[in-house]
Amino acid sequence: MRKFKEFIIEKLILLCGLASIFFVALIFLFLLKEGIALFKYVGIGEFLFGKKWYPISEPPQLGILPLILGSIMVTLGAAVISIPIGIACAVYIAEVAPSKFKEALKAGIELLAAIPSVVLGFIGMVTLVPWIKQVFNIPTGLTALSGSIMLAFMAMPTIVSIAEDAFYSVPKTYKEGALALGATHWQTIYKVLIPASSSGILAAVMLGIGRVIGETMAVMMITGNAAVIPKTLMQPVRTLTATIAAEMGEAVVGSEHYFALFAVGIVLFVISFFINVVADLFLHQKKV
Amino acid sequence: MNIEVKDLNLWYGQFQALKDVNISFSEKRITAIIGPSGCGKSTLLRVFNRMNDLIEGVRTTGEVTIDRENILDPSADLVVLRKKVGMVFQRPNPFPLSIYDNVIFGPKIHSSKNKDGLDEIVQYSLESVLLWDELKDKLRKSALSLSLEQKQRLCIARLIAVKPDILLMDEPCSTLDPQATQRIEDLMRELKHNYTIIIVTHNMHQAARSSDETGFMLLGELIEAGKTEDIFTYPKDKRTEDYISGQYG
Ligand SMILES: Nc1ncnc2c1ncn2[C@@H]1O[C@H](COP(=O)(O)OP(=O)(O)O)[C@@H](O)[C@H]1O
Ligand SMILES: [Mg+2]
Repeated sequence: MRKFKEFIIEKLILLCGLASIFFVALIFLFLLKEGIALFKYVGIGEFLFGKKWYPISEPPQLGILPLILGSIMVTLGAAVISIPIGIACAVYIAEVAPSKFKEALKAGIELLAAIPSVVLGFIGMVTLVPWIKQVFNIPTGLTALSGSIMLAFMAMPTIVSIAEDAFYSVPKTYKEGALALGATHWQTIYKVLIPASSSGILAAVMLGIGRVIGETMAVMMITGNAAVIPKTLMQPVRTLTATIAAEMGEAVVGSEHYFALFAVGIVLFVISFFINVVADLFLHQKKV
Repeated sequence: MNIEVKDLNLWYGQFQALKDVNISFSEKRITAIIGPSGCGKSTLLRVFNRMNDLIEGVRTTGEVTIDRENILDPSADLVVLRKKVGMVFQRPNPFPLSIYDNVIFGPKIHSSKNKDGLDEIVQYSLESVLLWDELKDKLRKSALSLSLEQKQRLCIARLIAVKPDILLMDEPCSTLDPQATQRIEDLMRELKHNYTIIIVTHNMHQAARSSDETGFMLLGELIEAGKTEDIFTYPKDKRTEDYISGQYG
């Protein structure tokens, strides 16, 4: 009887595992099927490098270059802000902060990670956006820069917690060795600890960026959503994600526009997949 | 450089690991500190370069004079002290950098400006530990690719590069095979012409073979110290005699 119970439970777990793989495969196939249908109407080059995204004009123009560049710009901006701050924060938590303060900081970072992106977007909209408009004296504060800043807040928790783990995984003996040679605490950190954990830090950065690229709600609320090729950080942009979220509701099922949004989904999927694989490679890389 | 230890006590929290230790170490000699595991040998060694400072809750009283300075003074400059008093650890711990970068790690952090002369330092340091001929063509390779013995030698070279006066060695051969141990001991005898060496070991034969002076510790106390041959042939204390005749294992 007990054996039978074990058997049933084992099989149930197996079934759950298989189901999740099955669903992922199903989603991917669906995405692929709907996305690829687009290329009956538009060439792949024209789609990826076309400079105009006018999905409801007649005939529709479905070039996603402005969207790709919008995503890249917002993401790079967020990376430039969040990487140095995130790594510095991780160093501080892992190496400098007194233990009580350390716990408070970690809790704070976790809290930051728990803020729903729509709330961050909302806060950005009422605080950051008017401020940027005023400080830079530009017609609208809904810009790539605003998006970058808010997204930096989202990437930060990922970067901090993974980089922090990377620091903890550096053998204590390295630190002792450096200090015993007369290195100061700071020299030990940047000459030994950071190089020794570089693969973990890179993984942290990649996963942080991955989070930013896939983010939708906040960017949709504060980047202005103008599908034009961006020239500076101070102008509205539209990202790949925001495009799908904003237009899927109104696209006629089976239209070119509809298929194009799925194709945008494929592009996003490929980018995130690539980033995750790279991060994984760094995380599991053998030390030197 | 002489080291004088006077009435040294050390506590890890409530636990007293060193009890009224008095001993002096003479210049350009190898002094071995022996005793059963857990008796406080490493703790004593780590007093001399203040590595115990890294451990929370450590309290020290007494006086340790190096170069006429009490290094236990809270105002002592640890960078200067550690430059003067280098340490080799039980497990070889080269940095995950190239062989070259391991050796110049110390010189680079201690002199901000001159970048020249580094090649000479690398050659001199590796020659001192008899690694130069083996490694001169692979200086850019990762130090982690070396054998254990080579790693330990590299760690000694890394110390020599900062020109210390005193070398502290905490069971430097415990991870090595007998032949490698033999060669490291030979190296120590070579190095004692230029450095004051204190070696911790729980291997009595190693102490008897390679040291000039020996101190025996038990349960945090320094039982007796003196010339190695005297300690091993005419121990004054019964406990020393028991230990060297193998009764503590
Ligand atoms: N960080 C520490 N915290 C608390 N007790 C310690 C610590 N390090 C060592 N001890 C204790 O101090 C004593 C001496 O340790 P140690 O100096 O490492 O001995 P040995 O090197 O002779 O084997 C041991 O009883 C050990 O348990
Ligand atoms: Mg020990």
